Amino acid sequence: MHRAAPRQRQEHNGEQAVPHRYTDGRVSTQRGGCSNSGSITEEGMHKSSPLNPTLKRSSPNGSTLSRFLFWELYREADMLGVLRREVACQGAHAWGLEQGLRVIASRALSSSAKAMTVRDALNSALDEEMSADPKVFVMGEEVGEYQGAYKITKGLLDKYGPERVLDAPITEAGFAGIGVGAAYYGLRPVIEFMTFNFSMQAIDHIINSAAKSNYMSSGQISVPIVFRGPDGAAAGVGAQHSQCYAAWFGACPGLKVLTPYSSEDARGLLKAAIRDPDPVVFLENELLYGESFPVSAEVLDSSFCLPIGKAKIEREGKDVTITAFSKMVGYALQAGDILAKEGISAEVINLRSIRPLDRAAINASVRKTNRLVTVEEGFPQHGVGAEICASVLEDSFEYLDAAVERISGADVPMPYAANLERMAVPQVEDIVRAAKRTCYRSTALAATA
Amino acid sequence: MAQLIRRAAALNKSLPAASFAARGLATASTSSITVETSLPFTGHNIDPPSRSVETSPQELLTFFRDMALMRRMEIAADSLYKAKLIRGFCHLYDGQEAVCVGMEAAINRKDCIITAYRDHCIFLGRGGTLLEAFAELMGRKDGCSKGKGGSMHFYKKEGGFYGGHGIVGAQVPLGCGLAFAQKYSKDESVTFAMYGDGAANQGQLFEALNMAALWDLPAILVCENNHYGMGTAEWRAAKSPAYYKRGDYVPGLKVDGMDALAVKQACKFAKEHALKNGPIILEMDTYRYHGHSMSDPGSTYRTRDEISGVRQERDPIERIRKLVLAHDLATEKELKDTEKEVRKEVDEAIAQAKESPMPDPSELFSNVYAKGLGTESFGADRKEVRTVLP
Repeated sequence: MHRAAPRQRQEHNGEQAVPHRYTDGRVSTQRGGCSNSGSITEEGMHKSSPLNPTLKRSSPNGSTLSRFLFWELYREADMLGVLRREVACQGAHAWGLEQGLRVIASRALSSSAKAMTVRDALNSALDEEMSADPKVFVMGEEVGEYQGAYKITKGLLDKYGPERVLDAPITEAGFAGIGVGAAYYGLRPVIEFMTFNFSMQAIDHIINSAAKSNYMSSGQISVPIVFRGPDGAAAGVGAQHSQCYAAWFGACPGLKVLTPYSSEDARGLLKAAIRDPDPVVFLENELLYGESFPVSAEVLDSSFCLPIGKAKIEREGKDVTITAFSKMVGYALQAGDILAKEGISAEVINLRSIRPLDRAAINASVRKTNRLVTVEEGFPQHGVGAEICASVLEDSFEYLDAAVERISGADVPMPYAANLERMAVPQVEDIVRAAKRTCYRSTALAATA
Repeated sequence: MAQLIRRAAALNKSLPAASFAARGLATASTSSITVETSLPFTGHNIDPPSRSVETSPQELLTFFRDMALMRRMEIAADSLYKAKLIRGFCHLYDGQEAVCVGMEAAINRKDCIITAYRDHCIFLGRGGTLLEAFAELMGRKDGCSKGKGGSMHFYKKEGGFYGGHGIVGAQVPLGCGLAFAQKYSKDESVTFAMYGDGAANQGQLFEALNMAALWDLPAILVCENNHYGMGTAEWRAAKSPAYYKRGDYVPGLKVDGMDALAVKQACKFAKEHALKNGPIILEMDTYRYHGHSMSDPGSTYRTRDEISGVRQERDPIERIRKLVLAHDLATEKELKDTEKEVRKEVDEAIAQAKESPMPDPSELFSNVYAKGLGTESFGADRKEVRTVLP
């Protein structure tokens, strides 16, 4: 029987990097030892490279840019007063300006804050967790030699070798199943779906083989696996590549479902997911990968971890609660800024965790503000917002001063034409309008049939 | 007294019951006997092993007892199902015992087995007890999955048994994943991923096989070809029912699955192959006497003559009985006594299982997660039943 010559097998003894021969003949250089912060850069902006033609920075209303400028200016200033003047000149409406300045004041005494893209946050989290636990491995399409379809796994193959960073063929059902089987045995796989649209090919393994196993076996077979990848709409990729799966996966007992927004979220939640003994669906967002966020020294530490199941109040307010996750958090914050100018103080909750859902935080907020707007990118029917609205109605009915409002993606498959696509995803003005409705401040309502 | 023959991890077989020792075979029991398999093996892209199998009196007697026990368990499960003590699905393995028993003789508990839903006997082979099996079937607390799994979800992780899966074909990629982990951990052990002729056409099987071959995983895919995928005969479901050839670039072996010694030889051969060269497919030509499940009479798509014909000509227990008698390892009466003992064991286990209580209502919410993080969970009426997962 004829077999092709076996690929060069590498003996690797845990910590040392393994030279890997790429298909084009290059050999990666050996890097001894593991550095925990290898991929964190001071400038924090992800550089374009020939390998990364998909890089784009999204700045819907320029506020991401202004947030970045804000932090750049901070690094220049060494006095709070100077800083305030500089920022005012730029006319920047950085998120929570007063809050931010308070944070800076304390930071000014310690080391300067860094900024980090979500991409680098994910990459560094993977790197650190792989370094800390030899059972962690990564498998997916293009995660190895290609450095990751979205460069999230950049550098990992060179550092950890082909036994721990596996390029899979385009066979989601197969490699998701192999990942779950490896998790049964006790390894800690991180399975990447190039986008979660392709997770539908493997959904039987996610639900029936992974989510339900601990229960069916009464605790004998736990499944410490992470399924991660970009979820939801990108830009112009059409109906089959734009669906958000948070609601579907969020419905399943046995799964944990996480939706990071910022770089801090990305690092903390991915580390928590990899360390968690249960199957975690980790929904990233392609358009957030290139966005940069400030990260404190605590976040940069390799032991940093965020709790699963706890939401974060991104912006405190007292008039209306806006819940959001992933990319919509940014939109909700912008909506909050606009509403503030009109005298409405919005409290923006970054859910971070779809399952378990932080009902306590959401209800506590609604009991304070008496109004709720839920925001999500996915389809409206049976969405995450539906669950949140139901939960609030059940637990905090008497506290509501207005009907709950849901903002979601349109109830259509995603169109390609740019104007239609814009109508199919929530925009900041939609969130603002809904918030105003809860405050009885809207102009004429659209006529209903 | 509930003694099921347990195989210690180091494949140390002990002589089953006193009746055999009385014949003074204690010293001769491990002497070697060479037996020819019923048929030669057929290889696909591989030279098949010899059809001469080394065995011993001890092994043959153990085969007999174990298969008799398994047969008895499955027949008893049939009655329990008809008595409505077992609910839902119940897929019986009687007729196929040689596959599981022959496999166990070739491997150890570090090797892994994963199969579909016809899993009761494989569970026993991996060290599961009769009580655990019957209690699980009846949904009681002493079941191997504490009553929460049922017939299709038996597990014994410490015995290297990873279930018990209800979705046809899903267990094959899972099995390749187990093999991946074994190789990753450098455990020098293999995984047997078992599936039926119906599952043999599943796409995910070929996806997993491709990766197993690419990465040289120690995975052995075992097709238990009982010729019927539920009610559909193999020739109606598969363009090529030569399942041992379906791996194409992956070598395969066709084995008489009703001959425990042939199965043992094939599994031993496959394990050596997989550890050195990666995946291999074993097709076990076997037969199930029962229908697909307890809701299937099993006679609408095959004739009663066919079923009784196989029982006459190829029954795995009868084959061993003839061998034992031919080699004068025990008398007819001793073998019948063994069968009586085994029946008694099964009856006692059932009685004990019937005494086992149903799981406590709080078990509704246990093991949803390995680490519940204090999250809330709800019953049907969330205002009435609400709990916190530990």
